Amino acid sequence: MTVLPLAVAALPRLDRFASASRRLPPWLVSWLQVCPLAFVLVVLFALPTLLFVVVSFWDYDRTGIYPAFVLDNYRDLLTTPATIRVYLSSLVFAVIAWAITLFLGFNIAHFLIFHVRSAAVRTLLFLLCAIPFWTSGIIRTIAWIPFLGRNGAFNQIVMGLGLTSKPLDFLLFSSFAVIVTYVNLFTLLMVGPIANSMAKIDPALIEAARDAGASRWRIMVEVIIPLSKTGIALGSILVFTQVMGDFFVVKQMSGGQSASIVSTLATEIQAMQYPPAAASAVVLVIFVALMVAGMMRIVDVRKELVK
Amino acid sequence: MIRLVAQRATDGAAVEPRFDVELVAVTKRYDQTLAVDAISLRIPRASYCCLLGPSGCGKTSTLRMIAGHEAVTDGDILIRDRNVTDLPTARRGTAMMFQNYALFPHLNCLDNVAFSLKMRGIGKAERYVRAREFLELVEMGEFALRLPAQLSGGQQQRIALARSLITEPRVLLLDEPLSALDPFLRVRMREELKRLQRELGITFIHVTHSQDEAMALADLMVVMDQGHIRQAGTPRQIFEAPASVFIARFIGGHNVLPTPSGLVAVRADRCRISQAGNGAQFSGQVVAVEYQGPVVRVALQMQSGEQAAALLPDNTYFATPVQPGDPATLVWSEADAHPVAVS
Repeated sequence: MTVLPLAVAALPRLDRFASASRRLPPWLVSWLQVCPLAFVLVVLFALPTLLFVVVSFWDYDRTGIYPAFVLDNYRDLLTTPATIRVYLSSLVFAVIAWAITLFLGFNIAHFLIFHVRSAAVRTLLFLLCAIPFWTSGIIRTIAWIPFLGRNGAFNQIVMGLGLTSKPLDFLLFSSFAVIVTYVNLFTLLMVGPIANSMAKIDPALIEAARDAGASRWRIMVEVIIPLSKTGIALGSILVFTQVMGDFFVVKQMSGGQSASIVSTLATEIQAMQYPPAAASAVVLVIFVALMVAGMMRIVDVRKELVK
Repeated sequence: MIRLVAQRATDGAAVEPRFDVELVAVTKRYDQTLAVDAISLRIPRASYCCLLGPSGCGKTSTLRMIAGHEAVTDGDILIRDRNVTDLPTARRGTAMMFQNYALFPHLNCLDNVAFSLKMRGIGKAERYVRAREFLELVEMGEFALRLPAQLSGGQQQRIALARSLITEPRVLLLDEPLSALDPFLRVRMREELKRLQRELGITFIHVTHSQDEAMALADLMVVMDQGHIRQAGTPRQIFEAPASVFIARFIGGHNVLPTPSGLVAVRADRCRISQAGNGAQFSGQVVAVEYQGPVVRVALQMQSGEQAAALLPDNTYFATPVQPGDPATLVWSEADAHPVAVS
């Protein structure tokens, strides 16, 4: 007992010596760990965003842009009927593409997770789904043109089978073509998160539901859909933001019949009218953020992701 | 509970079946491996049946075939004289309690328990009243609105129990129901399962790899190994006369000893340590002494190489204590030795 306090008193000093020579103070460690991501976010996200918010209030004419604080850019944008029209048409595209990719994505994910028994086959099928992503979206978009065109493969098949005498014109350079391309490009964005949610469902839950007398349909509605809602929400956000931010697909596939939010913005950039383009971007970001916030209200993705 | 009794009474209006469950040469084959090899078993009315065996012995496959979660490769399953072999799960009159309870994580306890009633199209008000009755039965009434993740393992199990009992099954199937609980809780839940089974008057089939659990609970204990039933009977019948070396070793508390007339099993608590004896005996050396409270376990290494043990009442041991390294002789009375088959 008499020796012990002495030994204990010696310990903290030794410990402090060791930490001073080898370790940084804990607060500094935390800051250093946060640094890389903070740097990326600030330099590549926060600063550019701040920049176009600032520029959106600037004045401009045919020769240049001038630092100022005017609301004209926003007034012009929000009072032009074309803005409403283009937002509406993008929204319609987004909703249709969302509904189709959700239907396809949910069913593909369900098949991969619950019907494919072997893990090897499942991995192989996932890879097959991902193969189109080995090429860029632009190439995949353009690749539809020879297929859907007036003298394209599809029309040749349909006419060859005698189903129609004249080539179908609505296939290409139409809203139909835009939707087809969106579905092709974005279905995998639905499949991934939904399959991820479904893979976390304990198979015993499905047996328990069957034990309780649930039909296949009821199992789907009562167990699988509620437990996949995080994936559904994530996939929906991905598809929705992609469609709202698209301009290439609409430009290529609609044949100039539809405009997109970004295409009007791109026109302004080409005309070097940066302040109205920046205002347009701010409005688009706010619009999409509000839509995503709405989806997050239905499903708290963050809460679900922590589980 | 009243309803369950009433249902039984109407069933019995015809000819009262003698058995709740009958397995007739039931076989399960996965690709080339034989999981269950033509087993036959009759489980009398309202009994607590334990399927006991090491992992991979086919006990869980058997349970899942009775539940209808696994297709039968060959043979028939009868529940109360009705062939259910090809019936869907929900129409067999069975309910299953899963090993990790399989509670629906997105539903609160009340909705979990009411789930099967919802599937039967029973209205919200009525199914909640019934579900609350069953929550009270397992003493979980106050937790009705909690989510499963907010409950302890023991509480989750009670909810799982209520959820399976609300379907008013004729046979409740329990897949290792106690294995996820800590030892203290396990003993308490064990008592409770037995009480429920007695009160409800239905058959419980309980899969376990713990012989303690099976001995404590079972009216009918079925020891399985490699897809076969090795022995079935009351725990006492099996403990007092294990049929084979495997059973004697698996249920524990036995010494398997080679004698001139063949292998015999002798209960360790019927063996004594002595310098010399009159009955059958083996001499060897003490290798370990364990004080276990009411008994002291003395482990011996025989000269012939076998291990054996004697469970001595503490006062017997302390009258003539031995230490590891001491020479000792294991003695038992011929009447306590049971010949056993080799496998």
